[in-house]
Amino acid sequence: MRARVFLMLSAVLVLATLAIDLLLIPSLAVTESEKLLIQFSPIFYWHIPVAWIALFAFLCVFIASIAYLVKRKPFWDIVATTSAELGVVFTTLFLLTGSIWAKYAWGTWWEWDARLTSSLVLWIIYVAYFLVRAYISSLEQRARFAAVFGILGFLDVPIVILTLFVSRQMHPGDAAFHLDKWQQMTALTVGVLAFTALYFALLFFVIHLREDASELARLKQSVEEKENE
Amino acid sequence: MHDGEEMKFWNSVAAIAWKDILSELRSREIITSVLVFGLLVLLVFNLVFDLSSDLMLIAAPGILWVAFAFSGVLALNRAFIPEKEEHCLEGLMGCPVGREAIYAGKALGSLFFMLLVEAVMLPVFALFFDINVFRPEFLVMTVLATVGFVAVGTIFSALAVNTRAREMVLPILFFPVVSPIIIAAVKASALSLAGQSWSDMTIWLAITIAFDIIYLTVPFLVFPFIVEE
Amino acid sequence: MNSAAENSSAPLAVETSGLVKSFGHYTALRGIDLQVPTGSTLAVFGPNGAGKTTLIKILASIMRPTSGKILIGGLELKDNAEMVRAKLGLVAHQSYLYGNLSAWENLDFYARMFGVEDRNSRIGEVLDLVSLTGRKHDRLATFSRGMQQRMALARALLHKPSILLLDEPETGLDQQALGAMWDIIRREETLKRTIIFTSHSFERALAVCDDVVILERGKIAFKSQRCTLSLDGLKQKYSECTTVKK
Repeated sequence: MRARVFLMLSAVLVLATLAIDLLLIPSLAVTESEKLLIQFSPIFYWHIPVAWIALFAFLCVFIASIAYLVKRKPFWDIVATTSAELGVVFTTLFLLTGSIWAKYAWGTWWEWDARLTSSLVLWIIYVAYFLVRAYISSLEQRARFAAVFGILGFLDVPIVILTLFVSRQMHPGDAAFHLDKWQQMTALTVGVLAFTALYFALLFFVIHLREDASELARLKQSVEEKENE
Repeated sequence: MHDGEEMKFWNSVAAIAWKDILSELRSREIITSVLVFGLLVLLVFNLVFDLSSDLMLIAAPGILWVAFAFSGVLALNRAFIPEKEEHCLEGLMGCPVGREAIYAGKALGSLFFMLLVEAVMLPVFALFFDINVFRPEFLVMTVLATVGFVAVGTIFSALAVNTRAREMVLPILFFPVVSPIIIAAVKASALSLAGQSWSDMTIWLAITIAFDIIYLTVPFLVFPFIVEE
Repeated sequence: MNSAAENSSAPLAVETSGLVKSFGHYTALRGIDLQVPTGSTLAVFGPNGAGKTTLIKILASIMRPTSGKILIGGLELKDNAEMVRAKLGLVAHQSYLYGNLSAWENLDFYARMFGVEDRNSRIGEVLDLVSLTGRKHDRLATFSRGMQQRMALARALLHKPSILLLDEPETGLDQQALGAMWDIIRREETLKRTIIFTSHSFERALAVCDDVVILERGKIAFKSQRCTLSLDGLKQKYSECTTVKK
C-alpha cells in the first residue's frame, strides 16, 4: 500500500517536472543559436537526470551483487535484478531523448560521439546481464553468476566513459554545468529529484512484488514436499 | 600467503597452463581454427577496402584488432570446454590449492595461445597491408592489450560455459566490457605507425595498464564464486 | 608434513554434524551426523537420489554445504580446505582425466597439482599398482572403461591420501575388475587409511567394510557395524528403509 502511494507520488513529481520544463524553459532562449543549444530545450531536463539515475542504478547493481555474494540472501539478488532493469530502462530513455534531440539540433538520429557511444556500450553490458540470467536454468547459479557479472560490468563503467571521452569529440556543448539562469537550475534540480524518487519508488514496488512471488513459490514447494512425505 | 603457499600456487598455475598447452599441441584444434579465422578476417578486409596507402595506415590498426578480437573469442570459448568433459573441473577443485589458481592457470594458457596467434598474424598483416608493425611501441601495446583481453575473456568464458548457449553468449558478454582496451590499443597503434613516440601515447598506455590491473585482480577474487556449487 | 601421524592422532577421520545441502528449494541432505573412525571403512547405501553423491562431493570439498559442521582429520573443512584436500583421494563417476593426454601426462599433471615428492618414481609406482605400466604413453581416450577406472584410482592414490572417497566405484566394472580394484586399495595398507564408499552391491560391500549406513532422501535411515549384520539382514533393512510410506 505504502509502495503504491510512493509510486503515484513520484509519477506525479515526474509529470510536474515535465510541466515545469515546458512552462519555464522555452521562453529562455533568446537568440536563434541559443535555441539550438540543448540547455534551452525542455528535453534536456529529462535527458540529464535520466542519465545520472541510470548510472546510480548500475551502482546499485554493483553494491547489491557484492551483498548477494557475501550474504547469499535472495533479497539482494532481487535488488540487483530490479536495479539492472531500471538502469536499462533509464539508459534507453537517455538514448531516446538524446536521439530525438540529435534529430532536432543536428539533423541525424544518431551520432557516434563519446556520450551516446558510451551509453550504448553500457546499455549492451546490462542487456548482457539479462542474457546471463536468461541462459541459466538453476536459480541459485543464476543469482550467483549474475552477481559476478554485475560486479565485473560495473567496474567497466568509468573506463568505458573515460576511454570514449578521450578518443572522441565531446557532445557539442557540455551543457549540464554551464547553467546561468535560475529557471534552468530549478528545472534540473527538480528533474533529478523527481527521477530519483521514481527510481526508488519503482525499485521498492518491484522488490515487494518479487519477494511475494518468491515467498509464494517457497510455500508451494514446502506444501508439495509435505505431501510427498 | 606464506612463501610455501605461494610456491604451491604458482606451481599449480604453471601445471594447469602447461597441461592446456600440451593438450592443445596434441589436437591443434584451437590454434588452427583460430589462425585460419584470423587470417580470413584480414583477407576479407583487404579485399573489401581498396584503400590508398594513407587511408590504409589509418584503418590498419582497427582491422588488425578486429581480427585479433574475433579470433581471440574463438580461442577463449574453448578455454573451459576440456574441463567440462569428464567433469575435470571437479578434479581440479579437489586439488589442495585455491580456486584462483584455476583461473590464473587458464588465463596464462589462453594468453600463450593468443600471443602465439598474434605472432603469426602480425607478419602476415605486415605483408598484406605493407606496413611495418615491428616497432617497440606497437608490440608492447599489443601485448598489454592482449593481457587485458585474456583476463576478461577467461572469467567470462568460465561463466559462459555454464550457460545453455555457451558460444553465443561469450561475445555479447565480453566485447562491450573489453571495448576500452581495444580502442586504446588501436589508437596507440595508429600513433605508433604514424611515427609518434611513447609520450604521445601515455593516456592509452595508462588506460590499458589500469584496465589490466583491475581485470586481473577482480576476476581473481570472484572466480571461486563461479566454480563453487 | 607427516600426514599419517596427524591422522592417527584424530580418532575420527571424518565427522559431520547437522550437514545440510539444499539446491534452491530442493534439499538433498537434511542433517547428516556421521562419525567415521580413523582406519575404518564405511559403506554408504541408498537408492538413487538419496544424496550419496552429494555427500561424497561435500566431503571431498568439491561442493559447499548449505550448513552444518564438517571435521576431517580433526580439522574444520571450511577453514582448512586446502590442507584437507591434500589428504583426500577421490574416485567419482567421471574419471577427471584428460582424453588428449597420455596416462603418464595425466598423472604427472595431478602429481604436480598435489605437490607429490619424487614425482617420476611415484607415478611409476602407481601405474605399476594398477597394472597399466605398459600403456603409460597411450592417450586416455584409447582406454576402456575398466582401464579408465583403474587410472582414476591411480590418480586418487598418487599423493598417498589418508582418506579415500569412492562414489559407486563398481559401476561399469565386471567382477574380476572389481576384485582387482579392492586388491589395489588394500595393497598400500601401510597407511592407516580411512575409506568411505557408496555402493549398490551388498555382497561386495559387506566383504570389505567395517560399518554400514543407509541413506534415504537425505537422511541416515540406518547405521550399524558390519559385524552385527548378515547379507540377508542388510537387504531386508534396506528394503524397509526405502519403501515409500503412504
